[in-house]
Amino acid sequence: MPRVTFPHVGESYRAFKMLMEDLGNEVIVPPRPSRRTLDLGVRHAPEFACFPVKILLGTYLETCPQGVELIVTTGGVGPCRAGHYAQLHKKILRSLGYAVDVVVLEPPRLYPLDFLHSVRRLNPHRLSFRAIYECVRRAWRKLQALDNLEKLTHKIRPRELRAGETTRVYRRVLEWVDRAYTMREIVEAERAAAEELQKVPQDPAREVFKVGIVGEVYVLLEPASNLEIEEALGHMGVEVERSIFLTGWTRDNTWAETHEVLTVKDAALPYLPELLGGHGRDSVGNTVIFAKRGFHGVIQLAPFTCIPEIVARTILTRVSRDFGIPVLTFFLDEQTGKAGMITRLEAFVDLMRRRKGP
Amino acid sequence: MAPSVGIPCSLLYFWFYPFWETFFRELGARVVTSGSTNKQILDLGVKEALADACVPVKLYFGHVQALMPEVDFLFVPRLVCLNYQTTYCPKFLGLPDMIRHTFTGSPPLIDIRIDVREGLHALPKAYWQAGRALGAKHAAVARAYLLAWKAQRRYLTLLQKGLLPGEAAPGKSSPTGKRPPDRRGRLVFGVLGYPYLVHDPYISVGLIARLQKMGVGVITLENIPPRLLYRQPLPLDKRLFWTPGDLVYRAALYLLSSRRVHGLIHVTAFGCGPDAMVGKYLEQALRRHPEVPFLTLTVDEHTGEAGMATRIEAFVDMVRRPKAGW
Repeated sequence: MPRVTFPHVGESYRAFKMLMEDLGNEVIVPPRPSRRTLDLGVRHAPEFACFPVKILLGTYLETCPQGVELIVTTGGVGPCRAGHYAQLHKKILRSLGYAVDVVVLEPPRLYPLDFLHSVRRLNPHRLSFRAIYECVRRAWRKLQALDNLEKLTHKIRPRELRAGETTRVYRRVLEWVDRAYTMREIVEAERAAAEELQKVPQDPAREVFKVGIVGEVYVLLEPASNLEIEEALGHMGVEVERSIFLTGWTRDNTWAETHEVLTVKDAALPYLPELLGGHGRDSVGNTVIFAKRGFHGVIQLAPFTCIPEIVARTILTRVSRDFGIPVLTFFLDEQTGKAGMITRLEAFVDLMRRRKGP
Repeated sequence: MAPSVGIPCSLLYFWFYPFWETFFRELGARVVTSGSTNKQILDLGVKEALADACVPVKLYFGHVQALMPEVDFLFVPRLVCLNYQTTYCPKFLGLPDMIRHTFTGSPPLIDIRIDVREGLHALPKAYWQAGRALGAKHAAVARAYLLAWKAQRRYLTLLQKGLLPGEAAPGKSSPTGKRPPDRRGRLVFGVLGYPYLVHDPYISVGLIARLQKMGVGVITLENIPPRLLYRQPLPLDKRLFWTPGDLVYRAALYLLSSRRVHGLIHVTAFGCGPDAMVGKYLEQALRRHPEVPFLTLTVDEHTGEAGMATRIEAFVDMVRRPKAGW
């Protein structure tokens, strides 16, 4: 069985692991990015490559010594640099002496044959297309379950009575979803997990600020890369709503653009009519939407030197002024420290409190 | 009075200036440029632009501010794609929006979108819109467009004969009469990088002049005919997405395989997105050519003259020593 690994994106590895094993691969689970991951990545990646490149490279360098033969990742068609990650990683890993190959899943709408070929390589069990479809459907459902649970924690955490309780319960119930295999088990595990999370003691009367989070997809989806900003905000009594989840992002890039994203495009139109690649336009559009929905603030997360987000940030200054919504931007890289981030977040929360009045 | 059109002397000005200047002049407009970069322009840009932007974008902001009080229109094109294959950097794609939303009091922008993938006549159509913004008649725009092409072609011919953009006369529409340099029997370096870094003597701290003063011949990206570059086979699974980055990479491969240079200098801006990839690929390409020394110069708004001079001198000495007598 070929040994396969993939990038670590939040909790999604649980669903991908199941899918890859169903197709007949041996999965080497990527570890959660840590200081060591970063050190490895920074050592071998180009200096000005964005943060995700360094984390992913570090992750691969942690899993490759375990005998990985195949790396599965997503592609892209530019002009965001993400489309080149796979190629760059392959070149760097090869030059370090690892005989790995990279399967790049390009958008199937643009490269249908290439996509089928990639699927075939990941399918050593030679399952029929119908069987693959069933596997993907289950993995997809699991991914939705994981996303839904994460959304729920964003709502519960700012209202919890005992600090850290939500995170503890969340860690525990994730394992239930992880163990579920059939469709029925997954649905059941999700329901049980949601109920368990709801049981966390809450204070419904607490004053809670609503903050939208926009920005580049990887630093949004991987808590280890944004220093668990959502958790930190939750503990300050802020309910966050993230603009991107993995299920929504995948849908936009495979079969259909959701209606939600169409409105994002329309919302961004007066400010940024051009598609910049990455999530530049989405950041602008989502900020407009968050402002119209009456959120108290927006936080933009972006890797250092991310081109689309720099353009978006320049324009967000104007959006912020037009709609009267505070926008805080974090450019994240390996130098970002948690203490500095917390200080800025506290100041931001104070600012929102003062704007709201007593 | 004829309306005045301001063209900031930064970014792709160094490639397309003859076209733009001729086009607007033939339409009866007064063309105003912001002149070459100086400290004041840089300071203006650094103050207004986002701190995380790269230095060329900051410079562009500075040039725009220098022009703003003087002109009726600002020409800030949105260059998307010119070769059916690659697009420009996302910062070029969002350039008019960044300018518009940063400077509330700016004169009206002529922000034509140039993307040849839109159809057969995308380029003339884009310039027709620019002409309409000035209130010109259809025939006048067509005439100006053709004359602009003529000027641009003459410019490109001069560049391919070995002149540099500064010598092939931006600001003057006729050739200066300077002869292309004779490079025989001299040390020749390829100086690769984006035109707005290599050919802006302020931000590259006079890199090219310094090399020439030390008796080194210089070949830049603009001196190599594009058709040779596009014929260059690439050792990549996927071509680069960005036009200038792609050209720089191809130019490096071309210069290496045709054995025309004794050394290669890559000029890049601090925090340049595409160059993070291009630089790494260049490094790997150069590894297969150990006989060609390679230097990467990173410039930003704090680049000092002394540090730059030391590095260039050391590099020239290093290349020159084994070839004693050059």
